[in-house]
Amino acid sequence: MQSVTDRIPLPPVSAEKRQLVCHFCIVGCGYYVYKWPINAEGGRRPEENALGLDFTIQLGAMQTSLSPQMVNTIEERDGQQYNIMIVPDRECVVNQGLSSTRGGQLASVMYNGQGASANRLEHPHLHTGDDWVAVGWEQAIGLYARLTKRVLDREGPDQLFFNLFDHGGAGGGFEDTWGTGKLIFSGLNTKMVRIHNRPAYNSECHASRDMGIHELNNSYLDAELADVILCLGGNSYETQSNWFLVHWVPDIDGSSNAKKREYFESGETAEPGRIIIVDPRRTPTVAVAEEVAGAERVLHLQPHPGTDQALFNSLLTYAYDQGWHDAELIERHTRGFDEAMRANRLSLEACSRITGIDEADLRKAAEWAYAPKPSGHRPRALHAYEKGIIWGNNNYRTQAALVDLAVATHNVNRRGTGVVRMGGHQEGYIRPPYPGGRPAPYIDEEILAGNGRMLTVWACNAFQTTNDAERYRKEVVRRSQIVRRAMAQANPYDLDALADAIDRAVTEEGGLFITTIDLYTTKIGQHGHLMLPGAHPGERDLTAMNGERRMRLSEQFMDPPGSAKADCLIAAHMANELRALYEAEGNAEMAERFAGFDWAAPEDAFEDGFRRANQEGSEASGHGDANNRLVTYDRLRAMGNNGVQLPVKEYRDGELIGTEMPYGSYEFDTEDGKVHFIPAPWEGFLEAAAEQKQKYPFWINNGRTNQIWQSAYHDRYIDFRRGRYPLAPLEIHPDDAAELGVDNGDIVEVRNDYGTVHALAYLEPDIPRGQTFMMFGYPYNVAGDITTPAVDENIVPYYKGAWGELRRIGRYEGLAQGVSFKRRRYR
Amino acid sequence: MRHWLNRRIDRRRFLKASGGTAAGLAVAGCTVTAEEQQGTAQQEAPKATLPYPRTAIARASELTVDEPVTFNYPDEQSPCALLKTGRPVDGGVGPEGDIVAYSTLCSHMGMPLTYDAEARTFKCFEHFSIFDPELRGQQVCGQATDDLPRIQLTYDESSDELSAIGVAGLIYGRASNIL
Repeated sequence: MQSVTDRIPLPPVSAEKRQLVCHFCIVGCGYYVYKWPINAEGGRRPEENALGLDFTIQLGAMQTSLSPQMVNTIEERDGQQYNIMIVPDRECVVNQGLSSTRGGQLASVMYNGQGASANRLEHPHLHTGDDWVAVGWEQAIGLYARLTKRVLDREGPDQLFFNLFDHGGAGGGFEDTWGTGKLIFSGLNTKMVRIHNRPAYNSECHASRDMGIHELNNSYLDAELADVILCLGGNSYETQSNWFLVHWVPDIDGSSNAKKREYFESGETAEPGRIIIVDPRRTPTVAVAEEVAGAERVLHLQPHPGTDQALFNSLLTYAYDQGWHDAELIERHTRGFDEAMRANRLSLEACSRITGIDEADLRKAAEWAYAPKPSGHRPRALHAYEKGIIWGNNNYRTQAALVDLAVATHNVNRRGTGVVRMGGHQEGYIRPPYPGGRPAPYIDEEILAGNGRMLTVWACNAFQTTNDAERYRKEVVRRSQIVRRAMAQANPYDLDALADAIDRAVTEEGGLFITTIDLYTTKIGQHGHLMLPGAHPGERDLTAMNGERRMRLSEQFMDPPGSAKADCLIAAHMANELRALYEAEGNAEMAERFAGFDWAAPEDAFEDGFRRANQEGSEASGHGDANNRLVTYDRLRAMGNNGVQLPVKEYRDGELIGTEMPYGSYEFDTEDGKVHFIPAPWEGFLEAAAEQKQKYPFWINNGRTNQIWQSAYHDRYIDFRRGRYPLAPLEIHPDDAAELGVDNGDIVEVRNDYGTVHALAYLEPDIPRGQTFMMFGYPYNVAGDITTPAVDENIVPYYKGAWGELRRIGRYEGLAQGVSFKRRRYR
Repeated sequence: MRHWLNRRIDRRRFLKASGGTAAGLAVAGCTVTAEEQQGTAQQEAPKATLPYPRTAIARASELTVDEPVTFNYPDEQSPCALLKTGRPVDGGVGPEGDIVAYSTLCSHMGMPLTYDAEARTFKCFEHFSIFDPELRGQQVCGQATDDLPRIQLTYDESSDELSAIGVAGLIYGRASNIL
């Protein structure tokens, strides 16, 4: 946006200052927003600017993080223009003044009608059969409610389908999960919902929760106290950057030793931490860990893809046989250990055959993580896992094997331990209970079978983030076209006639009416019929919690673009319109289902949802604790960017008191308060993936890179990011590339039985032969196109389980010439 | 003019050498005081472009491929590196069009960058950002939100002299490249 890149305006001392939590990953770094009139500017002397820094001289390293991307101009709805600056908060315990490459761009994505933000949806848009036209909210919601009511009255809720966000931070927050959940689960009462990035309404951590342990069960401080960090199927330098840099690095470089002595028992050995990284790929995290800790304190285990469960079972077996388990904990606080131990038993030798990892390395990992320390104390091993496990082969059984291992060795509830997911988004889940069962319906399969009359896509994008995505996309587009043809024949301004025409197309001709609620026109939204503009943090108040359950309030500091509004208020608008339609025909019973949405601001949804959760007859899933009533916007505001860690214990002396270790009293989330071990014997690969593995030579691993957030919904419009990756990169070993005649920057085609996808070849010697790594979730192109329909028992996909063949398509210098193909590993 | 840029610096050794904190080294050798700065550029009326000086750096024939030469620009407080890449690059000057220059304060938080001749990238040992000098300072991986600021160069064939004439991008730790 800025044509001048060699200077930035400084906030004057009088600038308005607000708190904002970065919404571009689970870590949730604290930032401050400075806002001041466009024609004002602070001086360079420290007393003349709000930062209090002396810009008359060169600032020393680490004194600030301040770049042109942290500054922007914005325009409010009244036409007033302001400068904004968004900089990391040095007092925030999460990031301690550090910005990541994602959070550092917060200011640059705020709306001013130019640059990336020129693509924001400012108003609802209706497709008239030939093109998109802007319409008012009354027309948009009027049509949506009329069509919804027709389907609901005639066919019941099972033909109302939703693809629904579930998070905090970006795409969600306690206000919005509640607002949508109340509309969809309580009002419409449909179970035909898929969640965020998966084809059914499920958890990615069913196993951990079934065992009685929520997946976010420690604090970021615990990484600084760990004797060993097990990084399992994660790449935290890139994807939880400041958790890694601020809390892992001090552990493995030894600088947190003093803190360890403070927390450890008297006489307990306190040494620099070690790190065990389990990943078939040598990730940038491995390279950085070796740089920081020295290669001798890093153990990188590279199992064959999808065999992590066997690894966990053999570590458990070995630790148990050595007597390194905690018999007392197992006896007093758990159930079912003997059965699980019998089922999971796997020798190092058998594990080595399955995983390909040397027995010596398996033994070394077990000794590092579970053998008593020189002082005789049990080591503190933090088990952190992410998509390699979550989207790996059989989520449920693999995760169960891992949590079995961590609990048996007492790596929960002690400082420096935990068995935690690293996370992608922040969390902010509070919804009425899901009305369906478990497993929930496989929504994508239902769409493919011709079911669903309306599909409402709320702040997510299955075209980029589902499995077997090519087949799904083709079918959704085909069914959408049926509706568009009908809409082209109807008067878009006669809502009842238009609703009738669409209704015929979806009931009689197999059409699918698609509504998207998002910040931008998305890959799926552009094939739909109605787009409603949402608002993101900064444009509305929002609460969410990070990976250590730290809840903060991100304050509104500017208007949303055009007539865009917070998602909870969009849900309320839909509910209120439905209630009015039912009232108009005298159906009080149905009208009542949509009552209770008299909300003017997100705080109203917060009061109705989060604060009342599981009290006064309000039933809620998610973070619904009785003490939620102690949390108010004003109290959260006063807690600043440090907020409070859920669950809240009390409000005392003007402060919310939270919980650092959620199971400190050894009362777990089961009926008897004990951990319930789950037997998880190694049973091989999920079938659809195994077939592709047999058939094709290359494993097509997929995952993230640090410069791209989520589906690239902002990043696709930002030169710094889109320019880096004009097409999804695919890392491949140079020798494999040579055999295929592929060079850096060539376009390669990946093909298997499920689809075809193109990517930009990126030669990387650290990638093992026969493996590749493609960026996931990108719009240009979609790695999910070649993933299989393989899912676990809860319909969690094996996204990592794609195999295919490669060929060189050609080369387009326009794509390749602006991209650096230098090595992304630090060493 | 060999400098620390050509040495691989161990992180812990570096911290020890700099007194236990990472701050400080980047401005070591500062000779221009705040008062002197106040008296110059900051008092001038606003202009569309900043008043960058023209500063002679080195002769092109003196450069060796992959051996950066350090200099300060646009003032003594801003360390930079001149690099002969050995192949023509976008924005490169000199007889072979292969000479470029960058600020060596990481655009993220100002830590001094080192040049890795094997990887042919500039690297930050604090937060591990990597920049490509052969592609306008593009961040290859890391935590910065901007590519590395480029020092704009001009080459005089008759004297073989390379001079810095401007900066594209904001140098770390400044509100303006000209203090």
